[in-house]
Amino acid sequence: MKPAAFQYFAPRSLDEALDLLAEHGEEGKVLAGGQSLVPAMNFRLARPRSLVDINRIAALDYVREEDATLRIGALARHARFEVPVAAGALGALLPRVARHIAHLPIRVRGTFAGSLAHADPASEWCLLATTLDAELVAARRGGTRVLRPAEFFAGALTTALAAEELLTEIRLPLLGEDWHTGFVEFSRRAGDYALAMAAALLRLEGGRVVEARIGVGGATDRPLRSAAAEQILVGSDGGRDAARAAADAAAQAIEHPLEDVQAGAEYRRDLVRAMVERAVAQACG
Amino acid sequence: MSWVGRKLPRYEDPVLLQGRGRYTADLADGARALRFVRSPVARGRILGVKAPLGATVITAADLADVKPICARLDRPDYVLVAQPILARERVTYVGEPIAAVLADTAAAAEDLAELVEVEIAAETPVVTLDQALAPGAPQVHDAAPENTLIDARLETPDVAAAFAAAHEVVEFAFTSQRQAAMPLEARGAVAALDPATGRVTLTASTQMPHLLRTGIADALGMAESELRVVAPEVGGGFGQKMALVPEQIIAVWAARRFSCAVAWIEDRLENLTASAHARDQRLHLRGAFDADGRLLGIDADVLCNVGAYSSFPATCGVEPLMALADLPGPYRVPEYRVRARAVDSNTCPMAPYRGVSRPVITAAMERLMDCAAFRLGLDPLEIRRRNLIAEFPHTSVTGVVQDGGSYREAMEAAAGLVDIAAFRARQQQARAEGRYLGLGISVFSERTGPGSPAFAARRMAITPGFERVELAMDPSGFLEARIGSSPHGQGLKTSLAQLLADETGVAPDQIRVISGDTDRTPYGWGTFASRSLVIAGGACKLAGIKLRDRLKEVAAQLLEAAPSDIDLGGGRAVVRGTDLGVEIREIARTAYFQSHRFPAIAETGLSAVATYDPYGTFSNACHIAIVAVDLATGQVAIERFVVVEDAGRLINPMIVEGQIHGGVAQGIANALYEAVVYDDGGNFLSGSLADYLVPTMAEIPTLEIHHLETLTEASVTGAKGVGEGGTIGAPAAVLNAVSDALSPFGIAIYEMPITPQRIRQLLRDSRSSPQ
Repeated sequence: MKPAAFQYFAPRSLDEALDLLAEHGEEGKVLAGGQSLVPAMNFRLARPRSLVDINRIAALDYVREEDATLRIGALARHARFEVPVAAGALGALLPRVARHIAHLPIRVRGTFAGSLAHADPASEWCLLATTLDAELVAARRGGTRVLRPAEFFAGALTTALAAEELLTEIRLPLLGEDWHTGFVEFSRRAGDYALAMAAALLRLEGGRVVEARIGVGGATDRPLRSAAAEQILVGSDGGRDAARAAADAAAQAIEHPLEDVQAGAEYRRDLVRAMVERAVAQACG
Repeated sequence: MSWVGRKLPRYEDPVLLQGRGRYTADLADGARALRFVRSPVARGRILGVKAPLGATVITAADLADVKPICARLDRPDYVLVAQPILARERVTYVGEPIAAVLADTAAAAEDLAELVEVEIAAETPVVTLDQALAPGAPQVHDAAPENTLIDARLETPDVAAAFAAAHEVVEFAFTSQRQAAMPLEARGAVAALDPATGRVTLTASTQMPHLLRTGIADALGMAESELRVVAPEVGGGFGQKMALVPEQIIAVWAARRFSCAVAWIEDRLENLTASAHARDQRLHLRGAFDADGRLLGIDADVLCNVGAYSSFPATCGVEPLMALADLPGPYRVPEYRVRARAVDSNTCPMAPYRGVSRPVITAAMERLMDCAAFRLGLDPLEIRRRNLIAEFPHTSVTGVVQDGGSYREAMEAAAGLVDIAAFRARQQQARAEGRYLGLGISVFSERTGPGSPAFAARRMAITPGFERVELAMDPSGFLEARIGSSPHGQGLKTSLAQLLADETGVAPDQIRVISGDTDRTPYGWGTFASRSLVIAGGACKLAGIKLRDRLKEVAAQLLEAAPSDIDLGGGRAVVRGTDLGVEIREIARTAYFQSHRFPAIAETGLSAVATYDPYGTFSNACHIAIVAVDLATGQVAIERFVVVEDAGRLINPMIVEGQIHGGVAQGIANALYEAVVYDDGGNFLSGSLADYLVPTMAEIPTLEIHHLETLTEASVTGAKGVGEGGTIGAPAAVLNAVSDALSPFGIAIYEMPITPQRIRQLLRDSRSSPQ
């Protein structure tokens, strides 16, 4: 339970951090909140030769609205989202999601961007970024690029980030008042990794769903949007029958469910069905 | 006013709550770090162990003079299997220690342990009961054919007749998955050699310092007095820390061999993988009932997967033999046939775990009662009324004598508190709305404070039982009580101080209870088997009476009165009916400094010793759980949990309730959450607290606790033990409640833990809609 030896760097600026990441390449690892990395190092499952601790780069610690997006800097901690940080439907949704993330001490330390870079299949923020089709800003020495979740998440604990890149900012679209949201997840104990979760974002006009974003997490190696469920919901009233049909479709559409001691394939589909149905009901409730 | 019966805040708490408690790991400063290289495979032949040059690495070859751990049981059916301190030729479970390394820091020791190369020719292991008992299965040990270490049987003459005469025979297999005791503080040992005396002090996280000293001294061939064992603050044990383990023996061996201090501080992965497990049981249970629901006989086949070795001192008989003796529990069982086996396997060895077998057998018996009630169309309360023991003393079919028990009273009280009729109405209403609620009852007895006669019946070569207490008042009137028991979180010191205060007149805050140091305390057996309050408490009372008489002797002379006219209390001795009195501290001072005036107490001064060794006594309780089952996810939520407990005289009701709280939480964990999982290859799949699901505060409901206080003459204090009852009773209540909730689907639960995934599977397999 003691990590293997490593070198430790604590840069004061983004440029300095990017230089270090470029220099150490595959042997370097970014340390932000450390809530996943440090336990993995203590188990010696992760053995980075060099840690680049970004916690002293104050410029990365922000959450602000800009150009109809919520911009989340690399050092914004989970706990920051327990109270509304934005107006409208997104502002209301984020605290409902944040409270499902692990336990308070972890939320106080862990970061939104760190969750995305870690890409745990059960990460709430990864699901939300996918459902909202967030913009993910990756910086490296000499430039930045913007990725979308579909290309960013490459599998469990795997992303398209290069070793010398740092995920500096996440941009979530602000949602208008006509958006209705639901988020539910299932875990055996409070604060555990979700065995399945669902986010339902529905735009309603005159009692009809005109736009739907249904995200499913914790059930496959990376979060996904359920096109089948979305199709069923658009044009419906979002009521019980539509929710149930959408949930069935979402569950059936899961191709390679995660399987582990707590939940095999069949049970995972059961949970996806229950979560999608409840998320839609919550959004329309 | 009596100190006994008060909810006195625990003297133990301020230090613990302020973070000033010193646990084994806090006492490891300056010691070299000891780390174990453990087997990565469940079964295999060791081909070689290669250590890096110049490193301090200990292997079995270095331990030629160290005796293996041998837990002896004087039974013809017991197969003795010696546990090597470090694996020599074979490995028998994942996590078995193969080598030990010493380094300057824990991190360096972990680095070094990684560099030790162990070559093992892996073989197919036997992991499950079925694998171990399959015809032609590989033997875990050459000495144990059919992988069976104990095969105990008992049969009354007319079992067959009872079943033949039965109106209804209820039969099922009940399974409990393996569980881990999960103390907050993992195990640890700091061993330091005193170069001046050659003695070793072992500071260890243990429940049994004296037995640990015996076990280690025997293994190393040293006199017990050459070893001092200290149990500092111990962060829970639950039975896991009442076993002699190789790691502690190596720590003492290394301190002597290398003339230094060494520290082994177990990490959570080691604790989960390689400390000790429990509860891996399967029962095949048959119950014969007459048309009125009266139990005519029980036929039980109990299989316990006890892992690779037999733990010292409790032995691998701890679960099967407890099941054999205590399965009838609170019920009249006229005829009984039982076969109870300890089956070894390539898994981590068992140790006792709070409740020892009874959480499982109680769950099975309580399921049996509910199933029989359902078949016979009886109310679950009614069938229990007809079968609970009501006349005492009661000698069970297995020879266990119950001095008393308020089974009926506790059950009726609990049922009244819950208002079962109102619940049934609410349950119907909820079902109509698609919500499934259930109510489960559990009635049980808890054998507590067994003395040496009870353990002798189990034929353990080392027969625990008595407790001795040494009281000494110092010249300032402060009282020290040195006990052989070794509490580790129970609040025993506060309870004992309350008992002593009533006998001696000294306020509890002027009494210090000393435990957990073999240099300071009389030989005792430690804290387990719900024994310390009963036995050490009884000894305290008996010693307190002796000291009281000595104090009265001195006071009488100082006050010029007869000893029989002296009352002690409030820190004073007074002549009854007068205002004549003297402070106890003045009595103490005079007794020491004017000793020539008190020839009557010349032999002892103001000290007293007493030993207590009772047969034991039974506490009992009724638990009622109300649950809601979420059909879509299979999740069980406990809405309400009621406990009516009878622990005899309550010395400190708050501490009793604390024991119930913790016990019920562990029982709920057993029922719904915790399972140690191996794959078929014997690989360990529960190696972190993300995988081994210890429930949190969020999963444990508020408990409603009520007390009956039936005094017993089976203990001198009138108190009964209460350390294990919560754990024993809670699983049955929860499983019965879940079964009740799912009864419209024809689902009955015969396993623990019952997980959401499993409930979904049962629902899928059952008729798709409720009846």
